[in-house]
Amino acid sequence: MRKAAAELIPVDEDTTFPKLLTELARRYGDSRIATQEKRFGIWQPLTWNQVHARARDFAHGLASLGVQAGEVVAVLGDNRPEWLITEVAAQSLGAATVGIYPTSVGEEVVHVLTDGKVRLVVCEDQEQVDKIVDLKAQLPAVETVIYYDPRGLESYDLPYLSEFTAVEAKGREWGEQHPDWLDEQIGRGRGSDIACICTTSGTTGRPKLAMLSHKNLLDMGQSFMSVDPIRPGDRYLSFLPLAWIGEQMLTMACCLQAGLTISFAEEAITQRSDLRELGPHVMFSPPRIWEDMLSAVMVRVGEAGWLKRRAFAWGHGVGDRYAEAKLKGKKPGLGLRAKHWVADWVALRPVRDQLGLTRIQRCYTGGAPLGPDVFRFFHSIGVNLKQIYGQTEICGIAVMHTDDDIKFATVGKPCPGTELKIADNGEILLRSSSVFQGYYANEGATAETVDAEGWLHTGDAGYLDDDGHLVVIDRAKDVMSTPDGTRFSPAFIENKLKFSPYVEEAVVFWQEGAPEITAMIIMEPSTTGAWAEHQRLNYTTYTDLAGKEEVRELIAEEVARANEDLPESVRVRRFVLLHKQLDPDDDEITRTRKVRRRVINERYAAIIDALVSGGDSVTVKSTVTYQDGSKVTREVPLRIVSMEGFVPKEGGRGLAFGVR
Amino acid sequence: MFSNLIRRSKPTVGEDVSRAYRHNLNGSRLQPGDLQLEIAGVILRFGGVRALDDVSFNVCQGDIHAIIGPNGAGKTSLLNCVSGLYRPQQGRITLHHDGGKTRELTRTAPSRIARLGVGRTFQNIELFRNMTVLENLMLGRHVHMNHGLFRSFLWFGPAQRQEIRERELVEEVIDLLEIQAVRTKTVGSLAYGFQKRVELGRALSLQPAVLLLDEPMAGMNAEEKEDMARFILDVNELAGVTTVLIEHDMGVIMDISDRVSVLDFGRCIADGAPDEVGSDQTVRDAYLGQEAHA
Repeated sequence: MRKAAAELIPVDEDTTFPKLLTELARRYGDSRIATQEKRFGIWQPLTWNQVHARARDFAHGLASLGVQAGEVVAVLGDNRPEWLITEVAAQSLGAATVGIYPTSVGEEVVHVLTDGKVRLVVCEDQEQVDKIVDLKAQLPAVETVIYYDPRGLESYDLPYLSEFTAVEAKGREWGEQHPDWLDEQIGRGRGSDIACICTTSGTTGRPKLAMLSHKNLLDMGQSFMSVDPIRPGDRYLSFLPLAWIGEQMLTMACCLQAGLTISFAEEAITQRSDLRELGPHVMFSPPRIWEDMLSAVMVRVGEAGWLKRRAFAWGHGVGDRYAEAKLKGKKPGLGLRAKHWVADWVALRPVRDQLGLTRIQRCYTGGAPLGPDVFRFFHSIGVNLKQIYGQTEICGIAVMHTDDDIKFATVGKPCPGTELKIADNGEILLRSSSVFQGYYANEGATAETVDAEGWLHTGDAGYLDDDGHLVVIDRAKDVMSTPDGTRFSPAFIENKLKFSPYVEEAVVFWQEGAPEITAMIIMEPSTTGAWAEHQRLNYTTYTDLAGKEEVRELIAEEVARANEDLPESVRVRRFVLLHKQLDPDDDEITRTRKVRRRVINERYAAIIDALVSGGDSVTVKSTVTYQDGSKVTREVPLRIVSMEGFVPKEGGRGLAFGVR
Repeated sequence: MFSNLIRRSKPTVGEDVSRAYRHNLNGSRLQPGDLQLEIAGVILRFGGVRALDDVSFNVCQGDIHAIIGPNGAGKTSLLNCVSGLYRPQQGRITLHHDGGKTRELTRTAPSRIARLGVGRTFQNIELFRNMTVLENLMLGRHVHMNHGLFRSFLWFGPAQRQEIRERELVEEVIDLLEIQAVRTKTVGSLAYGFQKRVELGRALSLQPAVLLLDEPMAGMNAEEKEDMARFILDVNELAGVTTVLIEHDMGVIMDISDRVSVLDFGRCIADGAPDEVGSDQTVRDAYLGQEAHA
């Protein structure tokens, strides 16, 4: 069924994405589909010729609007074919694009647009255009705003607004007057030109703009695909923000390079069902998505009937043993193979099908550490989940697992062409042809990150294990040591806690001189809500549910369970269940859902003090920022739960998940 | 394999790549502000009870026109008269079309009125609970489908082509009301707020000239109300559909409506812009209660 691996387009020093698209259009024309987007319930295709023609029109349109080589064009919106078209069109002129997360508001948007000296912004729809219109006074440099979804914008009468298709039409005319101009521009492009700018996740401060060249991205794609080939017949769903390096590297650097059909989901809310409908062969997601999938499976299993629950528990057990044997490099015995065959049809395949992972060949997690238990779960249901390690500054992928060499606690071995070194202070250093060109207009920060020999200083602490696998401990400044001198990472404990389906996020605290580890736990609303319904527990809002004594006890049991797996000295002694979810609009987590420790430390200083000093309750002032920027403050009392002498109930309170 | 299933469109580049809706959901060709629905001297009696007592007001094209009043004031009775479920004993209800043509609704069958472009939702959701969202919405298009029994039975050919055409419009309604995620779910399994939205969608699929909404936000929490208010505004602003709406939440009424008519014991006691009506003394006495004076 799968097409034989077609020859990849050769890449050299001067290959750029526009040249690649021209070649793909020449090769495949209208015979193959370049992108498909689910709209109005149907996957609507665009062939390579169509995408190519639209990118050319839009490039001419941008030229007619005065976009120059070396400039930065911003894109603000969800993943759509227009994003790809804009990116390649801007690159045709020698300009670069910077993506802004569609959920970004206010200051973040201003920050990216100002730092990038952006004159032209391409927005998705009314929602995104409104952001720019509202902020226009702070954005004197922005001259043109182009939108591709005109609904609701008909009545806007602003001189700087134009519709995407109108720019394309204008570009077509302009192109007729300047027939060979664009080919000349594209021909002038070099691999060392800046292709795109990605914002760093900014866990440690304001996001910086990392400049990535065509060569950076293409080289990374080449070395990635030399380990795990992507074939033109493969399916891929682009649903994570294209502003994030993780999506850029697969959508642009790998899929566009390999010439496979890139699919776009209908809406954010339909991603799951679109994923299932499409059944991708390759997928990359941050840990959050995998953790969500695991919670979803656990809830569904917990709510299923007795027979299904037993069937899954048995199948999962068999799958687990099978995966373990395979990962240890042993050939599973005949009995286990036979049992696994049955288990796969009875229990595992249906679960994979529900998750949309039936066709998956390889999938990846990256961007943040994923708990080994979650990892193990996916392998036991037959999903080949692998770890990727890399920074925005090295195009996202530098170290990864290979198919036959997966260890849950490590991030794998360096990709071909990547050098790895552990500095004397334990910091991980990386060097390859994918190391970025520097932060946009920020020489100082660039010099701090890349040294004279070209080593990228990742800021992460790590070591190489006996098999040469890289183990990442944590951000170097977050690594702690206990009074008895053990070095450990908060992320390790947090991941243990986050394995519980009822825990969405966990932040552990430990202070110099204080002997105990404490945690702030953020409850997962859907699973806990389902549990509360089972218990016939009435609740209204998130805050109300999180304040219930029963819920605190439920979470305490989950903490106790996590503690069992932890060494005595790093067990969680006290925790507080936070009254709200962490929200990127409140700056507490990044848009890619990484906790901003600095913000947490400042905002919840009162809670942390109470946790460390051993108090039994604390009252917090909670300020909530709404989408429209308005703020509300109120006081919420929080109980601190001590794990001292906590005895879990017989059998536990949680739903019988049977997958521990 | 999958690519064989997708309809291969002819490679064209031009207007049809725009994301704008291709169908106009507004069934009226009148200019905004033109007289759309004229209610004149309507009297409706149930035995000795006068449910509607000489009610007169006009609804203009493009407006969101709210009808408010205490319980039993006759609001729903009035909507039922417009949609043909009740026959008033006296008075006229006139629907205006372009070119000065008019249509008297008091003497027209409900099915005919629907075909003329009067869509409505009900106070208690009246959907087919065991059918999917999509099927319920397609039903809203049914009055516009004209293939006969034989052709429908044959299915392939004209009937199929027509259904595809109608489905395109219905998909735009789904997109507008953001119910993509529940497209193929049965209506009975959906949350109340979603069901209300589906009912609005079905009325909208009719391409109505006038949309009658009977308490679209009843029984909703603040967040659901806000969502619904936004959808009603979207329908009005994006599609330009004239909306007549019964609602109790004064906050919502004042926010979203262009014009308000107040009924009390079957009589229309006020009719005007929301702030005029809100400050009218008789309205305050009748509806907002005495404490509003303070």
